[in-house]
Amino acid sequence: MAFNRSLKAAAVASVATLAFVAGPALAEEPKSGGTANVVIQPEPPSLNLGMVQNAPTQMVAGNIFESLLKYDTNLDPVPNLATEWEVNEDGTVYTFHLKEGVKWHDGEDFTAEDVIFSMDEMLRETNPRLRVNLDHVEKMEALDDYTVRFTLKQPFGPFLGLFEVGTVPMWPAHIYQGTNYQETADDNDPIGTGPFKFEEWDRGSYIHLVANEDYHVEGQPYLDEIYWHVIPDAASRAVAYENGEVDVLPGGSIENFDVPRLAEMDNTCMTTKGWEYFAPLAWMWLNNREGPLADKRVRQAIMYAIDNEFAQEVVWNNQGRVATGPVNSVTRFYTDDVTDYSYNPDKAEELLDEAGYDGEEISLLPLPYGETWQRWAEAVQQNLEEVGINVDMEATDVGGWNQRLNEWDFDMAFTYLYQYGDPALGVTRNYISSNIEKGSPWNNVAGYENERVDELAEQGAVAFPDEKRAEIYKEMQQILVEDVPVAWLLELEFPTIYRCDVKNLVTTAIGVNDGFGDAWLDR
Amino acid sequence: MGKLSFIARRLVKGVFVLLAIVILNFFLIRLAPGDPAQVMAGEAGAADQEFIQQLQEKFGLNQPLHEQLFIYLKGVLTLDLGWSYRQDEAVATLIFERLPATLLLTGTAFCFALTLGVLLGALAAARVGRWTDSLITVLALVCYATPLFWVALMSILLFSVYLGWLPGFGMFSVGAGYTGLEYVLDVLKHLILPALTLGLFYMAVYTRMTRASMLEVMEMDYVKTARAKGLAPGRITRMHVLRNALLPVITLAGIQAGQMVGGAVLTETVFAWPGIGRLMFDALLQRDYNLLLGVFLVSSAVVVLFNLVTDLVYTFVDPRIEVS
Repeated sequence: MAFNRSLKAAAVASVATLAFVAGPALAEEPKSGGTANVVIQPEPPSLNLGMVQNAPTQMVAGNIFESLLKYDTNLDPVPNLATEWEVNEDGTVYTFHLKEGVKWHDGEDFTAEDVIFSMDEMLRETNPRLRVNLDHVEKMEALDDYTVRFTLKQPFGPFLGLFEVGTVPMWPAHIYQGTNYQETADDNDPIGTGPFKFEEWDRGSYIHLVANEDYHVEGQPYLDEIYWHVIPDAASRAVAYENGEVDVLPGGSIENFDVPRLAEMDNTCMTTKGWEYFAPLAWMWLNNREGPLADKRVRQAIMYAIDNEFAQEVVWNNQGRVATGPVNSVTRFYTDDVTDYSYNPDKAEELLDEAGYDGEEISLLPLPYGETWQRWAEAVQQNLEEVGINVDMEATDVGGWNQRLNEWDFDMAFTYLYQYGDPALGVTRNYISSNIEKGSPWNNVAGYENERVDELAEQGAVAFPDEKRAEIYKEMQQILVEDVPVAWLLELEFPTIYRCDVKNLVTTAIGVNDGFGDAWLDR
Repeated sequence: MGKLSFIARRLVKGVFVLLAIVILNFFLIRLAPGDPAQVMAGEAGAADQEFIQQLQEKFGLNQPLHEQLFIYLKGVLTLDLGWSYRQDEAVATLIFERLPATLLLTGTAFCFALTLGVLLGALAAARVGRWTDSLITVLALVCYATPLFWVALMSILLFSVYLGWLPGFGMFSVGAGYTGLEYVLDVLKHLILPALTLGLFYMAVYTRMTRASMLEVMEMDYVKTARAKGLAPGRITRMHVLRNALLPVITLAGIQAGQMVGGAVLTETVFAWPGIGRLMFDALLQRDYNLLLGVFLVSSAVVVLFNLVTDLVYTFVDPRIEVS
C-alpha cells in the first residue's frame, strides 16, 4: 500500500486509511518502544480533564484519563473501562460491567465508586455540557465494586453516546472525594487509568508523558513516551514537521495552505478520520431578531448566494464537505431530503428583490482563528456583495468575538460547533427557543424561534427506539433548512498529518484525543 | 554622595511611575471587549450562564471595578502579583519562571546588536566613501527595512530546513536529556537564530547612528587639532571621535535595553522560545488580567531601571555630564 498521498487522492486515501485501521494492518505485529513527538496548540491551561474541557487539554489528557466507552468511526460504542453493558426494554435502565484489575496511576484499584464520584459529584459541577444531559438521569448507583446502574427519568436516546473521554473522564475518588477538588487538583499530578502517565510539564516548551507499565490492556502501550511540543506559530509548526522534530500534526495544527505541501513529503500520511464524534460543522450565525435578516427570504437568499463549493475547493484545499443543513452527514439521524440551496446567485437576487432589501449594511464577524478563516470570510463577503448585499467586515480577537456573540451584537458571524455524535447533544441546542439566553456563544445565538422545532427537539431526545428518533429528526431538519435560521457552510475536516511509520494512530471517532494506546512505531 | 542620592531619588520616582502605570494599565486592558470568564467558557466549547457566573465569581470579576483595583493594588504593594485565572498559578511564579529565557534571548541580541552595530558604524565612518562603507550602509539599510517575522521565517527556512545547521525552534532539545556543558552548548545553538533575528534591526540602527554621529564629530575643530598635532589616526578615531560620537547611540541602547522584556513577543512566538513575551501575548488573547498586568509591571520596572542605568553610563562615557 502506498502511503504517499497527493491531495487528489484524498478520497481514496481516507478509504485506504479506514481499511488500514480496521483491517489487514491489525494483523501486523506491533513493535514496542520509541518516542512520539507531537504538536500541541495552543498550550493547554491544565491537564485535569475533569475540571477543564478545552480542546488542547482533551488532546493531551486523553492519554492519561479514560472513560467507560470508546467509539469506533461509525460511532458505535466499544468497550474500554466497561467491558459490557445492558439496556432494559424501554431504554431507561443502563447497567455497565466494569473491567476488573484496572489500576489508577498511583496503584489503587479502579472501581464503581470512582464512576459514581466522577459522574454524580464532580462532573455535574465542572462540566456544563454534561450537566444538562445528566438531568435525564434519575439515579446512579454502584451495585457492587464492578457494576454500575444508571436509571433514567425517561428514555434518553444519546445516553450511550455520552461516554467519550473528553466528556466523561473517570476521576480517582480515593484522592478527591471529600476534598475541595477545585483547589486540591494539581496540574502536575493528574492521576488517571490511561496508557500514559504524566511525567513533566515545562510550561511554554513541552509536556512529557511516559508509558503506564500497569496499563490494563495487555501489551499496551507500545510507545515508551510522548513529548507534546508547544510551538505557538503555525508556520513554525509546519517547519518542525519538515525538520523531523515532530512526527504528528494533529488536525488544525497548521494552516490549510500548508497541508498539501506537507502531505506530499516522503514517509508522510494523512487521514481525515478521527473527527466523526465531534463532526464539526461551520456556519454563519444570522441575527434573526432585527433588520433585513429577520426576513426569511433574505436568509434564504444568503444561502443561495454563498458558493460553498468554491470555499471547499479553494479556501479549504478540498477538505471537508458542503453542508446541506444543521446535521453533519457523518452524525446519526442525518437526512439529505431537504431544500437544496446549491449556489444560485440569480435566485438569491430574486429573493432579495421580493423581500424588498434596500441595501442596508449588514455586518460580518469573521472567526479569529487564523488565516483560513479570514480568507473564508472574505470569499463569503464577495459572494454576498455580488448579489447586492452590502457587507461590512469587522475584525475582532477571540475575546471580542465571544462578547459580541454573547450579547447578540452582530448581524452575521462565523462559527463552527461540534455535534458530539447525536443531534440531541450537539445540534438542537442551537435552534430551540428555550436556549435563547445571553451570555454564551454556543446556544441559540441567532434567536430563532419555532414551536414545532421546539417540540420535535424535545421528542427526539427521549423517543425510543432509534427508528422513531430518525423520523422526528428528519422533520426537524426539513423545517430548519426551509427556515434558514443560520447559513450552513461546510462540514469541516481537520486532517491529521503524521509519518507513515507511526502505525495505528487514529482508531476511534475522536482520533488522537483517545490517546496513543494503540499507536506503535515501525522503525 | 551626589551619585547615590541621585539614584535614590530616581528610584523613589520610579516607584510612583510604576504605580501610575499599574493603575492606567488596570483600566486600559478592561477596555477590550470580552472578559477572561467568557474566553475560557468559549474555549471549553460549551457553556451556560451558570458556568460563566461561576468563573466570574471565582476570579472576583463580579465585584465593582474600584474594589478590584483596590485588591490588586494592595497585592502589588506587598509584591503579590495575584493569581493567573487561566493557568491557575501565581502570576509571580509564572513570570519568574519565564524571565530568564527572555533575558538570555534579549540580552544576547542586545550585546550582538550593540557590538556589531558600533563596530560596523565606526568602520564605515573611517572608510567613508569607499566600498566598505557602501557595503555596510546597504547592509544596514536592508536589515533596518526588513520585517522581523519575515527575517525569522527565512532564517528558519535557510539554516534549519535546507541547511540543517541550526535548530529552528525551542530553547533546548526536548527529551535529549543533556546536562552540564552539553546542555549549555545545546541552548547556545538554539539561541543563535532568534538572537540574531531580534538583534538585526537594532544592529542596523546602531550602525547608521554611529556612522552619522562619527562623521559629524570628525568635522569638529578639536579633531582637526588632534590631526594637526600628528596623533595616530587610529587613536584619533577611538579616543576623540568614537567616544564623543557614542552618546546618541547610548540613548538608543538604553531604549532597546528597556524594551528587553516586552519587546520579544514576535521572535519568541516564531521560534517557540519559552519567554515572557509569549506569556504576555497569550495573556492578552485570553484576557488573563492579572498575568497581563504582572508582565506589564515587570517590563515597566525594567524600563525604569534601564533609564537610570543609561543616565549613569552617560557620566561614565562623558565625565562632563553630571548627575543631579
